[in-house]
Amino acid sequence: MTRHLISSADLSREETIAILETAVSMHDLQRRDVKKVPTLRGRTVINLFFEDSTRTRSSFEIAGKWMSADTINLSGKGSSTSKGESLRDTARTIDAMSVDALVIRHQASGACHQVAQWVRASVINAGDGMHEHPTQALLDAYTLRTRLGELDGRHIVLVGDLTHSRVFRSNVITLKTLGARVTVVAPPTLMPSGIGTWSATDGFATGWDLDAVIDSDDPVDAVMMLRVQRERMSGGYFPTAREYTVGYGLTRERLERLVARNPEVLVMHPGPMNRGLEIAADAADAPQSVVLDQVSAGVAVRMAVLYHLLAGDESTRDDVERSVSA
Amino acid sequence: MSCPDLTESEPTSKAPDGARDVLSGDDISRALRRIGHEVIERNKGAENLVVLGIPTRGAPLGRRLAAAIGAVEGIDVPVGELDITLYRDDLRRHPMRPAHRSHIPPEGIDDKVVVLVDDVLYSGRTIRAALDALAELGRPRAVRLAVLVDRGHRELPIRADHVGKNLPTSRDERVQVRVVEVDGLDVVRISGGEAR
Repeated sequence: MTRHLISSADLSREETIAILETAVSMHDLQRRDVKKVPTLRGRTVINLFFEDSTRTRSSFEIAGKWMSADTINLSGKGSSTSKGESLRDTARTIDAMSVDALVIRHQASGACHQVAQWVRASVINAGDGMHEHPTQALLDAYTLRTRLGELDGRHIVLVGDLTHSRVFRSNVITLKTLGARVTVVAPPTLMPSGIGTWSATDGFATGWDLDAVIDSDDPVDAVMMLRVQRERMSGGYFPTAREYTVGYGLTRERLERLVARNPEVLVMHPGPMNRGLEIAADAADAPQSVVLDQVSAGVAVRMAVLYHLLAGDESTRDDVERSVSA
Repeated sequence: MSCPDLTESEPTSKAPDGARDVLSGDDISRALRRIGHEVIERNKGAENLVVLGIPTRGAPLGRRLAAAIGAVEGIDVPVGELDITLYRDDLRRHPMRPAHRSHIPPEGIDDKVVVLVDDVLYSGRTIRAALDALAELGRPRAVRLAVLVDRGHRELPIRADHVGKNLPTSRDERVQVRVVEVDGLDVVRISGGEAR
């Protein structure tokens, strides 16, 4: 196991599955009366969030607390960053307090990778700009595995604003690691450049026409709707919201066609949802929807990640220099 | 194997001083049957019993003990598994260990007599962790401990109520319990250490 979790690609298939299996026992804990275990007693986890977040930050905080770690939340707005302190100085200042893990969300792609070069603590990427969000991909995989079993050969379709989506990037990596086939659908303006090189790999397809994917001979096991990230757009990606919905929204009618081909199809959304834009309320609340399962899995998966990164003897991890842990 | 250190297994066939078998498969079956009778006698029947095995090898032993008790009393004894990884006090001294699921019978453990089952009792730290884990699942009326082998060298004030075999060992010896469900054969073997 690596020291940091920056990218979904940091995890091998074995490590990914190990985390997901651990998450199963963590999920059992969540259903108990007493939800606390002493596993990370004495460890300190700092949540350093430079961007708004509800579910990621709260689930990391709960995950740490249920494992008896001390968790502290820092937001960019309330910290010295707003006085002009650089990311490097902020990270090194917190690291100097001998914390064990830094959970970082930042608006800049690559921020977590940078911080990992500067600190002794384990760095966990909780979303960096348009790069990655590995724990989201893990909890999506967990939700899928709970419903579908092993994902080898399963057909997962991701639809929406791919260009701005870190969820999409991490999910494609994790799903491919687990052997699933992935089709990504987006309007041409929201299809990331360079995706052509990805499409060359086995079991990965791209498309501009959602209806063609739904009506193809290849039934869909799960459809993951991605949020249209208006805050990252400076306009011009699509003419009107209505037009986006007509072309790429999961409407009741599209859901009915998906169900007709595969009654077991799952509807996913990483949240927060723009109801009526990328997903209709009918689809979000349909029996096929596992949106709340995803949230529920979030705590268990983050407990598993903290456990795998923090529980063992530091000196036995592959990439830690003895001098650092001494 | 849930005891730390020396009971962690390695192939015995190449042990320089030769491994010796101390319990055969038949011996293990007889020991479990006897422990079953002891549990019933102590409890005055099989009422309110819950048997919880501690993974890895305590789990199948627990199932066999529950079956042995059930066969004598003619009832189904609730049986489960109690994973104690998250409660260990030595997590930071070892590489990361995967956590497993616990399986608690639907009746729960409140006001039950819980019989913990493990393969080897050594330092007692596994059992301490198991008691912590139990406390967060409920409040049993009593907790009893049944082990297949007690090899001594306790580091905590913990003793077993029911012992398959007391096995005086030195610390540099290795006690290995093998069970069919995990290893494909039933045997208890000692290896390593000075010739005794």
